[in-house]
Amino acid sequence: MTKDECKQVVLDIIADIAPDEDLTQVKPDVRLRDQLELDSMDFLDIVMELRKRHGIEVPEAEYQKLASLDSCAEYLTPKFNAVSAKQ
Amino acid sequence: MPLPRIVITGVGLTAPNGDNLDAFRRNLLAGVAGISRIEVRYMGLLLAGVCHYDPLKYQKKKEVRVGTRAGSISIYCAREALQDAGLDAATIVKDRTGIYIGCTEHGNVETENEIFNISKFNYDTKYWSHYHNPRTVANNAAGETSLNLGITGPAYTIGAACAAGNLGLIHAAQMLRLGEVDLALCGGVSESIHTFGIFAGFKSQNALATHDDPAKASRPFDLARNGIVVSEGGCLYTLERLEDALSRGAKIYGEIGGYCVNSDASDYVLPNPVRQAECVRKAVAHAGLQPRDIHIVNTHATATPLGDIQECEAIRAVFGEGCPDTYINNTKGFIGHCMGAAGALELAGNLPAFDDLTVHPSINVDNLDPKCALPGLVLNQPRRVPRVDAILNNSFGMLGINSTLIVRRFVP
Repeated sequence: MTKDECKQVVLDIIADIAPDEDLTQVKPDVRLRDQLELDSMDFLDIVMELRKRHGIEVPEAEYQKLASLDSCAEYLTPKFNAVSAKQ
Repeated sequence: MPLPRIVITGVGLTAPNGDNLDAFRRNLLAGVAGISRIEVRYMGLLLAGVCHYDPLKYQKKKEVRVGTRAGSISIYCAREALQDAGLDAATIVKDRTGIYIGCTEHGNVETENEIFNISKFNYDTKYWSHYHNPRTVANNAAGETSLNLGITGPAYTIGAACAAGNLGLIHAAQMLRLGEVDLALCGGVSESIHTFGIFAGFKSQNALATHDDPAKASRPFDLARNGIVVSEGGCLYTLERLEDALSRGAKIYGEIGGYCVNSDASDYVLPNPVRQAECVRKAVAHAGLQPRDIHIVNTHATATPLGDIQECEAIRAVFGEGCPDTYINNTKGFIGHCMGAAGALELAGNLPAFDDLTVHPSINVDNLDPKCALPGLVLNQPRRVPRVDAILNNSFGMLGINSTLIVRRFVP
């Protein structure tokens, strides 16, 4: 998985948990909470959906790595690739 | 010192056969039922009353996703009631407004959903939703409504089984009389059709209706009745003290006349006609009336073989003689049993009778059970009557809770 593909996976999850938001203009280097109406429960949703849909665990101490799309891609892409490698 | 008079100034509702009072009433007078078949988890196609309001009229998609059906129904009804009352949700005094919502049960829907969800993950509870607790707390429906409207006064639910809709109104009237709030949003809601447990429970009790034609499935008082049709729904009212309503020139649907809530203290599920009759008598007395002064009695009868007979026994004991102008009806033939919403919805269906002097019928009575043959029973066709000055609404629930609420024609 590339980092761009990883960003799209995260955006697909956000589209489901924040269905009122326009995601076409999300800036990858800006904190998601600064440009979208996302609260702490929504971030728990992102964590849950990563777990359910993709088998990826994000420990609580590392939640801050989901702050922006760029940081998500940086942090999650190796995890996605590790999961793929196991399958 | 006389207690402040409390009046109804707005109605917001969603029923299986109408999403506002006009449509609901029109269908009650036209004999249009709202029962259909739905797929119920583990059980297959079952009869149920489904509401068709648009949740997105007053909620964002995210609110619908995060919240519950009970919360969504409450928000819709509350917003509709405020609008009907001519009150602007943006300018009502938020900390002087109370939300009092009757519920039969709450939390079963979400709990069942989560158990089903984790069943797909080998029952690993790390897949259990973090929304489970806010969705299942007993005050959920009222809390979601306070969030949606920004109301900061008291907002809570009242658990009273199927008597809960009346309890919402009664409790609101009490809080207004105590001066705790200046405006109340009150009534009852139900999301019960989304839990298989309620269907399975009634089925195990041999109390779940079956019929080839969904529109004919709910048939209180009919000899061939065979149980309850479970429905969802909601009905919330705006209640105000009379002086407040008059000072703003509000439309007044009627005045809270009297009420009673009592308990059977006799069985978990079986009704007790002695206590029901006592509840009705006490409500009539609380209103300062005699039984003959009541012109419409809306029964709770749910179409169970025994329950209908027992309520009729209670009604007969109070209104059986000397009440030539008392007419009796039932709303569940149209909408099934809306559980926590039943009392509030069924009252709403009768309120327009103050203006049109018409009693909506009990439908689906092809062969009246002789044990339910009450004088004044209005069957299958609406009945025009000389006067409607007081409507009495019965709602009873499991564990033996009885409620009777009387609404009087408003006379300044």
